[in-house]
Amino acid sequence: MKKLFLILSTALLLSACGEKPQGMGGARGDKPAWDGTGVAVFTEPGWKAGDKNSWLLALRARTQYGQNEYSRTN
Amino acid sequence: MARMKFICDAERCIECNGCVTACKNENEVPWGVHRRRVVTLNDGVPGEKSISVACMHCSDAPCMAVCPVNCFYRTDEGVVLHDKDVCIGCGYCSYACPFGAPQFPEQGTFGVRGKMDKCTFCAGGPEANGSEAEFKKYGRNRLAEGKLPACAEMCSTKALLGGDGDVLADILRTRVARRGTGAEVWGWGTAYGSKPATPAQGAKS
Repeated sequence: MKKLFLILSTALLLSACGEKPQGMGGARGDKPAWDGTGVAVFTEPGWKAGDKNSWLLALRARTQYGQNEYSRTN
Repeated sequence: MARMKFICDAERCIECNGCVTACKNENEVPWGVHRRRVVTLNDGVPGEKSISVACMHCSDAPCMAVCPVNCFYRTDEGVVLHDKDVCIGCGYCSYACPFGAPQFPEQGTFGVRGKMDKCTFCAGGPEANGSEAEFKKYGRNRLAEGKLPACAEMCSTKALLGGDGDVLADILRTRVARRGTGAEVWGWGTAYGSKPATPAQGAKS
């Protein structure tokens, strides 16, 4: 009886040593932008959703045409 | 791989606040939250300069380093985003940011200070791309629509440039070479570690 009591109390005391993680786990993963939104009406033409290279090229071209007026006026 | 960056050309900014309005409208940013704002240096003094400031999506972002709940993450294109479901609104990022980018709405989970809100480079957040949940929490995901940030695309004088850093540096280099002045780019060194390669001051092409 005494032995059982000792075992149970030891188990009870030891259980306090274990600590559950309290972290928030950090940010969730995000889908890459080149996967697109799946909403065709808002998506710019000229690239294919899921194709990283075409997305990158489309954005580079958009930057040049939209923001570099020297490429248009000179 | 593209590395998304912002450049504000102080020689061209006319303090019209078009970028601020574009951001507010595109992302339906709540009242009191200013993801982007225009700052004028030496206001009223001849030769004053204005620059448009928001989150610069730093290469070594201090906000990411100090966040106690690790709510920040960086996309493959170098855009620094955060997860509002994880943010506890502690405000550490606000003290760490050299650009004053993190904003806190007046109502929220923790008393008067809600979860942090900042410029997302129009790239949304961890919710599904283009979803209603993403729009409500982070605003529009233009990058996933094959577009660039609304502020940069809306800039009437093309002072604010947003997009792949290499292309932006190339555009600025051409401008500086043509006008022979204005190679200084405020915040570039702080955010990205080095200044873009521009011709020496006064150089003509």
